[in-house]
Amino acid sequence: MFQDLVKKRDFYAGSLTVLLGAAVALDSTTYDLGTMTHMGPGMFPLMLGIVLTFVGVLIFGTALATPLGDDEHILPKQKEWRGWFCILAGPILFIIFGEFFGMAPATFVCVFVSGLGDRTSTLKSSLALAAGVTFFGCLLFSYLLQLPFPIFRWGH
Amino acid sequence: MVETALTDLWYGFGVALEPHNIMWCFIGVFAGNMVGVLPGMGALATISILLPLTFGIHPVGAILMLAGVFYGSQYGGAICSILLNLPCHPPHAVTCLDGFPLTKQGRGGAALGITVISSFVGASWGITEMIFLAPILVTVALKFGPAEICSLMLLGLLAGSTLARGSPLKGVTMTVCGLLIGIVGSDIETGTPRFTFGIPNLFDGVEIVALALGLFGIAEFMKSVNQLSEVDTKYTNVKFRDLRPTKEEFRRAIPAMFRGTLIGSLCALIPGTGPTIASFIAYATEKKISKTPEKFGTGMIEGVASPEASTHSSVQGDFIPTMSLGIPGDAVMALILGALMIQGIVPGPQLISEHPDIFWGLIASFWIGNIILVVLNVPMIGLWVKLLTIPYKYLYPSALFFVCIGVYSTNNDMFQVGETILIGLVGYILLLLDFHPAPVLLGFVLGPRFEENFRRAMLISRGDSMVFIDIKNHPISAFFIFLCLVLIAAQLYVRLRKPKALADELKMNNDPNAIAPVEP
Repeated sequence: MFQDLVKKRDFYAGSLTVLLGAAVALDSTTYDLGTMTHMGPGMFPLMLGIVLTFVGVLIFGTALATPLGDDEHILPKQKEWRGWFCILAGPILFIIFGEFFGMAPATFVCVFVSGLGDRTSTLKSSLALAAGVTFFGCLLFSYLLQLPFPIFRWGH
Repeated sequence: MVETALTDLWYGFGVALEPHNIMWCFIGVFAGNMVGVLPGMGALATISILLPLTFGIHPVGAILMLAGVFYGSQYGGAICSILLNLPCHPPHAVTCLDGFPLTKQGRGGAALGITVISSFVGASWGITEMIFLAPILVTVALKFGPAEICSLMLLGLLAGSTLARGSPLKGVTMTVCGLLIGIVGSDIETGTPRFTFGIPNLFDGVEIVALALGLFGIAEFMKSVNQLSEVDTKYTNVKFRDLRPTKEEFRRAIPAMFRGTLIGSLCALIPGTGPTIASFIAYATEKKISKTPEKFGTGMIEGVASPEASTHSSVQGDFIPTMSLGIPGDAVMALILGALMIQGIVPGPQLISEHPDIFWGLIASFWIGNIILVVLNVPMIGLWVKLLTIPYKYLYPSALFFVCIGVYSTNNDMFQVGETILIGLVGYILLLLDFHPAPVLLGFVLGPRFEENFRRAMLISRGDSMVFIDIKNHPISAFFIFLCLVLIAAQLYVRLRKPKALADELKMNNDPNAIAPVEP
């Protein structure tokens, strides 16, 4: 029973919702609740937190009530660690390179790294794509749209 | 009344036909058509990417462009469904059923031709509906007090979260999460910072662009990476002259087109039932009334014409509650409303009288946009078909760049980019747990106004929460609450009985790999 439960998606979905709802409800009591007539900033979030907890319990209930699907798994069958990593790494590098080196290096690194996430892409195809996007991106955003973001800079 | 509507429409054409507005409209529908064709890109992601670019332009141009992306992508999505059997855009999933068999029989061009015609018919009807219905709704809505507005928003939120894809409970969860994200920032009345975790960048609240691009950009890319199968281009060689349907096909498609249009426009009136549901109902109806229902799925032109017409008429109809009441029906509408709010325009019934250029300009631009789309789609079909073959490995990295720079440009602040990455990661985890994040946006956009009206209504009623269901003094509010209860009851009834058709439809909607080809 319990082993089946922890395999269910709704088990996690429900628990997460309950946790979030409870956290919100508790946190909102640190703000002024006010009265029903003059509601303070904490009242509305408190209500939402309670609703969320309640819905979470219901989702948890459906996890208990329905049998385990034959093909139920949380992570997709094919785990795309490389893809997921590259897609998250691209924008993170964009922040770092953008802060310290400017728009062109940031764009290049972002596109290059995230491009490597696709299994069919090669270093060469990613490099070419990154170079192309950097060129046209800087042209569009820096020259045409005049975005205040220097193409190159050194340090902050 | 007809006369005033026509005068206003005439004025609208004046606005929409200004050269720069035509340009924005063209850019919008062109971009929309393009992403509609590209597998793995959606209207939501595109509108959010384009959103930061609209900050600098006039609100009319901004809205025309963003709306153009939405209905333009519907045209493109049909091409994808019919020629590739890829239901990358949910409203067109049913079009695959008969569209792809037609393609295999060599009649794909004709199916596309019929699609363009039915889309135009459906859209025209939706626009006409909007011209006459929106002002009526406005006159009613202007009499609403805070209690009525609040109940109406509750109905809109509930409908948007329970009628959308997936489990209604999870939809409600997502809507409440959206409302909570809308709370982040300074409280409107007291200025108390709420849920900001002490980070000053959050005092202004979460940026709508960051939220939308995280949920529909980064999370979607994480879902789709390496999941899109190689596109089969065997049948994509469609030329301009192939688009002409035969007389027989035409004769069969015309009545289906009108039935679909009608269904779509009815669906548009029910909040929360977007184009996807409309197209499913249209297909089911067509199959039911046909003399040869067993032939559906083998390439019946009616099975293409009717859902396409209903999709387009409901897409245009979706704008009615958004523009006249300020209550968006789905995530795309929420985003368009968010764009208006960024421009400093308060959505709601006063929009038509205060900003007639936006409202009537938008309506007129629908027609202009739809004509542009027909022109774009008919002679340039070859180009769109070529776009189908762009591999995803080039698409998503470029899109990620636009995501980063777009979010950065909203405040010239890298903090926003970090916010987007975090929201994207959370969004993907939510997707894995079967939560569909679209209602988050709905809650986010409506949240602040909902809270404000709620507090005001309670203040006026001196803390009596019965004000919302007070039949004597607030009959309209009570009616909306009654509708909410009906909605919940209907959901319970449907879930407990679970007819087979619904189960099938849900399966199709819930399929985590809906982007992968369905079996022909």
